[in-house]
Amino acid sequence: MTQGLYRVEYNRQLIPGVWELCLSGDTAAVTAPGQFCNIRLEGFFLRRPLSICDWDAQSLTLIYKVVGRGTAALSAVEPGQDLDLLCGLGNGFDVSKCGRRTLVIGGGAGTPPMYGLAKALLAAGKAPAAILGFNKKEEIFCEEKFRALGIPTTVATVDGSCGVKGFVTDALPADYDYFCACGPLPMLRAVYDAAPTSGLLSFEERMGCGFGACMGCSCRTKYGHKRICKDGPVLEKEEIIW
Amino acid sequence: MVDTRVTLSGITLDNPVIPASGTFGYGYEFAELYDINCLGSLSCKGTTRAPRFGNPTPRIAEASAGLLNAVGLQNPGVDQVIAQELPRLRQVFHKPMMANVSGFSIDEYAETCALLDREDQVGWLEVNISCPNVHGGGMAFGSDPQAAAAVTRAVKAVTKKPVYMKLSPNVTDIAAVARACEDAGADGVSLINTLLAMRIDLKRRKPLLANETGGLSGPALLPLAVRMVYQVYQAVDIPIIGMGGVSSAEDVLELMLAGATAVEVGAANLVDPFACRDIVAALPRTMEQYGIHSLREIIGGAHYG
Repeated sequence: MTQGLYRVEYNRQLIPGVWELCLSGDTAAVTAPGQFCNIRLEGFFLRRPLSICDWDAQSLTLIYKVVGRGTAALSAVEPGQDLDLLCGLGNGFDVSKCGRRTLVIGGGAGTPPMYGLAKALLAAGKAPAAILGFNKKEEIFCEEKFRALGIPTTVATVDGSCGVKGFVTDALPADYDYFCACGPLPMLRAVYDAAPTSGLLSFEERMGCGFGACMGCSCRTKYGHKRICKDGPVLEKEEIIW
Repeated sequence: MVDTRVTLSGITLDNPVIPASGTFGYGYEFAELYDINCLGSLSCKGTTRAPRFGNPTPRIAEASAGLLNAVGLQNPGVDQVIAQELPRLRQVFHKPMMANVSGFSIDEYAETCALLDREDQVGWLEVNISCPNVHGGGMAFGSDPQAAAAVTRAVKAVTKKPVYMKLSPNVTDIAAVARACEDAGADGVSLINTLLAMRIDLKRRKPLLANETGGLSGPALLPLAVRMVYQVYQAVDIPIIGMGGVSSAEDVLELMLAGATAVEVGAANLVDPFACRDIVAALPRTMEQYGIHSLREIIGGAHYG
């Protein structure tokens, strides 16, 4: 984990309510896809934890949904502004655990970190496929980013307005040997129940600190009590207690 | 050169800054970030006799100048703390530490304290009779002077370490509770714990925290803490560890002028992991700015002259 100031390069709306924020700064602490950063915002006491969608040596890309006053304030930051971040938090996805044909499953606001994961899987010589779930066509984002990676990408919408009608579990292919998922809790549960393979699931919880100090985001697992922020957010399928 | 040292029950601290229990784990998350030996001491996560998972989530809610927590004393239990956490802490922290203890019965407090009494690295016991997030324990003891005195006596009977009773602000007369602890043999008091609070989720029309209520901490509490430390200082002769919303060296000085000998920093650690280090670093120049040569000289200074 590092703490530092990150310069806003751009902050643009992708679709109504969903924004892409690009920051430049020290990314050395980011070691795995699925990690997150915790952003300090003027006027708010607690930081806002957001998953990292993509990163390189000097920059971070975060894609976030405006869900409350904090994310609304974040959507108003302008290029050139500096943001105070704790960066490289959480364990992230361990690519070495993933099979060659790993299914990358993202649901709604849980989609962004799966892009960084898909890139990392490709870089590790694996052949991932993506399934992205949204409520309806108007809420789809990130799809073209996954397609640009050249990996098979299937979209599911609950109302059937685009792609497969239904949930991500209605779009599961027959041939995969591992899965990684991030999305709303009911989606994670459905994937857990439907997938015959082993996998990794990324969880969300209200956090105090984001770095393991306050025990605000603890959960029970078969491997003992874990902090979503420090020992997670990614848990192994085999350890999860629902 | 200014003198930042203070003394708590015969043990001299390099400075009065102590991370508060529950905001610093057992120290090692922070030791990865900076050398925590710059701190005066540290108060570890509240420890109970048996392991506890604590409350269901959500355990955290935000406030405009702070946060509510309802962690519910999650900890691995005193045996595990002694077997694993203290040895790990010893690797990274070489000063006497404050062992924070909670319980659900007077016997449990005494049993846990008796076990910690044998540990060399424990400088003081901080006995939490003020946790608002557990049922049938914690704050129930700190809300009543007689119950507070009973816990104090039971703990004093099993330890030679200095005992600091951690008091609740959720009382009508905190000075009366402090006096009861002093009369029962407490070596000091620490105050304040969090204020009992609640937030309601407008969408769900339900309390935001799974526990419904939680403890409010953060900068909003500082004036309240200053007032209570000031009142307790007038009521007792034992040292006071002050806390509540401290986030700067100025806040440390303010609580010391009110009567604190040392100061704990809580919520600030959660939003700025370097908060304690930065407060320690800022203390000498802040003292100079206010013409303070020795911190010892200003303890309770607001009461005199």
